[in-house]
Amino acid sequence: MNIPVTQATAATAVAAATDSPRTAVSNPPVQPMASNLGQAAVVRSSAGGPVAEQPTALTKVAKLIDISKCIGCKACQSACIEWNDTHPAIGENVGLYENPHDLTDQMFTLMRFAEYDNPDTGDFEWLIRKDGCMHCEDPGCLKACPAPGAIVQYSNGIVDFIHENCIGCGYCISGCPFDIPRMNPVEHKVYKCTLCSDRVAVGQGPACAKACPTQAITFGSKDDMTTLAAERIEDLKGRGYANAGLYDPQGVGGTHVMYVLQHADKPSLYNDLPDDPSISGVVANWKGATKPVGLAAVGLAAAGAAAMALFSRGNRVTVEDEREAQLLVRDEMDSVPGSTGRDV
Amino acid sequence: MAGRQFSESTDEILSLRPVEVRRYVTFTRINHWFTALCFILLMLSGFALFHPALFGLTALFGGGQTTRWLHPFIGIALSVSFLGMFVQLVHLNILRREDLVWTAQIGDVIAGHEERLPELGKYNFGQKSVFWGMFWLILALLISGIMMWYQYFPDLVSVETRRIAIFVHSVSAVLIVLVLILHIFAAVWTQGTLRAMTRGTVTGGWSWRHHRKWLRELARRQSSKPAE
Repeated sequence: MNIPVTQATAATAVAAATDSPRTAVSNPPVQPMASNLGQAAVVRSSAGGPVAEQPTALTKVAKLIDISKCIGCKACQSACIEWNDTHPAIGENVGLYENPHDLTDQMFTLMRFAEYDNPDTGDFEWLIRKDGCMHCEDPGCLKACPAPGAIVQYSNGIVDFIHENCIGCGYCISGCPFDIPRMNPVEHKVYKCTLCSDRVAVGQGPACAKACPTQAITFGSKDDMTTLAAERIEDLKGRGYANAGLYDPQGVGGTHVMYVLQHADKPSLYNDLPDDPSISGVVANWKGATKPVGLAAVGLAAAGAAAMALFSRGNRVTVEDEREAQLLVRDEMDSVPGSTGRDV
Repeated sequence: MAGRQFSESTDEILSLRPVEVRRYVTFTRINHWFTALCFILLMLSGFALFHPALFGLTALFGGGQTTRWLHPFIGIALSVSFLGMFVQLVHLNILRREDLVWTAQIGDVIAGHEERLPELGKYNFGQKSVFWGMFWLILALLISGIMMWYQYFPDLVSVETRRIAIFVHSVSAVLIVLVLILHIFAAVWTQGTLRAMTRGTVTGGWSWRHHRKWLRELARRQSSKPAE
């Protein structure tokens, strides 16, 4: 075997790029690579948009955010802004650590700081949660979207907004169980975390995971991340966090962004992380029964009315009716006491 | 001059042989057809965003973004226009005792046995139902529509409330289209009705057959005043 080492490495790297990356920390190969997150990998598309007939089978990915390792440095936010080339407005200090104060169309991820007085231990805990899109297996945004192909899900689990198809209605904002998408008021298009789909597509991990100095954010296959989470949870349990656990809510089919929580029994401690999120029943009904039933009702009523109008005789005024009318008008005009004639 | 209970001041018998009666003045007809135009545009743009199979209708308005932008403004135009109709028509659309009899004998209405029904004023119960159905549904659509008008009212209501608003909006929209279908069907099936909204007049026979109390009142009103 006389293949030079560099060539072999390159071949491996190119081969690796055809599937999902398994880490965010290693440096990427330097040679150009084809994206593997195109139409061929689309497994779900909003409003009946096009999906791949035989989607590329990519390994499911996940981002694991270990809250117990987060130091609140916001390197992830900076990396996110830099990679996505967004321009958050300069904020103002209102006495909170959150900056900006909420997710915006220019800020796809946000450190949320919660102060918690643990009644069991008497400890004061600083619970810092990196908020952003959870990349649900069953995405409420995608379900709510009325524009074909404006929201897609790839076979690796990433939920992505295709902005050229977005019509700016904001239905996705109502559909999301986590209150994540944000409207750009100038473009009238909605933005959120892409899980760096444009990096993952070419074998790189998300910018936030790459930038995280404590590896509180890790990235890889969902299986690897679940295994890693289990190790971390065991460690935390050994340190007195009896309720440590993984946040991978099954109400939305599991998520491709998961948290290791010290208090997995009370997710709402972490700045109102939903305890048991699922797509709202109102949204499910609106996008479920209402659409076909409503359209069928309108179609049947219109067809029935048209058929009856065409084929039934209808209610016709007869010649007698006209004669009766003349008699009635004459009689009534004459019946008024003292009448001197007809004022027509 | 006899009192006015079943007719508008502008309703008038125009000729005696044959009898021809003015039912709607020009202003009311323009008001009606402007409302109808808004309704059709709202229906087309609304259906485009209601069901993916109909998303292609957005092409009529210049694409998805334009449809999304235009729909609420047409909704406001319709609401204002309908308010005009409402003010003109509401007092003759209040429910009366004879409406109950009419409803109880709906079979005779459908079979065309109007001789068995009580004499009616300017509107029967079916017409009144369309009027009030339109009123309540437009009100529901307007309120829920403003709640979901993200471009101008992004923070008006919470996400949970907006979900309900969107649901109410879509269900109300389906219902109001059903009311529209009933409205058009009744106008076509009851022959001689459409001209009330085109030419503004109806025949004496039509008035005698369907709205005799209305015709009677007009005739009484138009007999010349007694000599002083």
